[in-house]
Amino acid sequence: MLHLRQAPSTEPTSRRRRRRRAKLKNTLWALLFIGPTAAGLAVFYIWPAAQTLYFSFTRWGAFGGHTWNGLDNYVQLAHDPDVRSAFMNTIWFTLLGLLSLPISLMLAAILNQRGRKGVSVYRTLMFLPFVTMPAAVALIWRWLYSGDYGLINYLLRHVGIGGAYWISDPRTALVAVAAVGIWSTVGYNMVIMMAGLKAISPHYYEAASMDGASPIRQFFSITVPLLSPTMFFLSVLSVVGSLQTFDLVYMMIGHTNPALPQTRTVVYLFYQKAFIENDRGYATALALVLLLVIIAVTAVQFRLQKRWVHYE
Amino acid sequence: MSRPSSPGGERWYRRLGSPGVHGVLVAAALVLAGPFLWEFLTSFKSLTEIGQIPPTLLPTRWQASNYDALFRALPFATMFENSVINAVARTGAQLVLCSMAAYGFARIDFPGRNAVFGVFLSVLLVPSQLLIIPQYQIMQDLHLLNTLPALFLPGMFSAFGTFLLRQFFLGLPKELEEAARLDGANPLRIYWNIMLPLARPGLMALGILTFLWSWNDLLWPLIVTTDTRKMPLSVGLASLQGQYTTNYPVLMAGALIATLPVIVAFIIMQKQVVEGIAFTGLKG
Repeated sequence: MLHLRQAPSTEPTSRRRRRRRAKLKNTLWALLFIGPTAAGLAVFYIWPAAQTLYFSFTRWGAFGGHTWNGLDNYVQLAHDPDVRSAFMNTIWFTLLGLLSLPISLMLAAILNQRGRKGVSVYRTLMFLPFVTMPAAVALIWRWLYSGDYGLINYLLRHVGIGGAYWISDPRTALVAVAAVGIWSTVGYNMVIMMAGLKAISPHYYEAASMDGASPIRQFFSITVPLLSPTMFFLSVLSVVGSLQTFDLVYMMIGHTNPALPQTRTVVYLFYQKAFIENDRGYATALALVLLLVIIAVTAVQFRLQKRWVHYE
Repeated sequence: MSRPSSPGGERWYRRLGSPGVHGVLVAAALVLAGPFLWEFLTSFKSLTEIGQIPPTLLPTRWQASNYDALFRALPFATMFENSVINAVARTGAQLVLCSMAAYGFARIDFPGRNAVFGVFLSVLLVPSQLLIIPQYQIMQDLHLLNTLPALFLPGMFSAFGTFLLRQFFLGLPKELEEAARLDGANPLRIYWNIMLPLARPGLMALGILTFLWSWNDLLWPLIVTTDTRKMPLSVGLASLQGQYTTNYPVLMAGALIATLPVIVAFIIMQKQVVEGIAFTGLKG
């Protein structure tokens, strides 16, 4: 860098040279600031992404080593009933997960009412599920769902409803796990929506009540349209998150549970193929198909947003 | 009682709806936070007590034997330490590295900036499990499996953090930096003395999110650690469940150790956490 310090010349070319020197200097500074992160991302993210693509065209032996097998993994994926059911289960988790949004909206609207007391206490309590570890949350809910001594069955019996073995019964397991997923995200969605609600000018509501619009009417004609960009953002996050469901199913269902085929998600199947069966070529192909699904679904959401998202 | 034609009609409505609305809030808070209370209470009950019908609310006798069993079954104290080291290493590294990169993208004009930033953005879009097999191979090649660095090494770098802080830096006024530059301060000093203090809310938000994600992460630590002395708590809970399948008092004791520190920290800093997360929601 020392040569940069040379005395500035007064020749006509000096301006160009000075500019070139500034450019070089900036590049060096950029290297210093961005270089470490860029190197880390290259080694741990970009290179692995390229490798993943390559691995998806290979077959892995039992003791390491892999051979090229072209599109075989993808052909096999298309005919694998486990893959089909994993995608169906994941889609159900994703659709059910969206139920978190209307629940959060209702709570956010109530907490944002003028004069509401104890807002921060409620907000803190409702946000707890989002900050706590899914692995621990899964254990807590397994206990609540327990067929014989679980609190949920006890309360249900109290009001005259027979209980169920919620997470080992193939008919109820998926809904039971999805409910825990909703439970974990309601608080987060609510906090983001409360921030969005604060940004809506009170003038709209004042004008509407002058005109005699009921609070319900105001909610649907003012709150919902003005909050739709926030709802859109949250629905994209919710869908992308649900499509990658793993922790809850891994911890609540487990590999000996009879309801596993009805609850196994794509990422769970990926984990099983990659790290239990050591079929890593097949697993990477599965992960890539999931990526394509995520991209496609997100693209559809962006396409549909014109129909319902209202930007001021 | 009501005068529907006047604005007072609304007040009438609100007064009527109030107890019901309040009930909704109480019920929601109970459903969302109640399970943690049940976790806490169960962890002090005996196995026979949790089999009673009707169930008891408070333990008839508060006993710590579940915690004894827990620490005998697994090195839970070491796991706790591992979780702390993992979360602190990832969070600390990201705060430094991401803020530097973010400053570079936001304020240094270098050739190819948009292209490099585009590559960063594309990393942001790739879901983590897609990279896990090659990342695992790297750890294996470096002989880092079952070591603490394997837990945090990839997580020290983040395209998300860089993006988040870049957005934050772009929103800061340029005047202060210009003045410092005229005084001859170099970019490193501007970054350290001017930008970082101004970026405190953004750093806070990134720090909180990264800490939570690292603390709660399951899939990555699950595959790189098989030795219980190197596991963080999340994987520890999975092995605990393998040993004590339906011994819920012991399982709840383990879950409590993994959740209570975060709950306490959250309650102490709830304003910053909620604001920080709302901030990333609006920027992201």
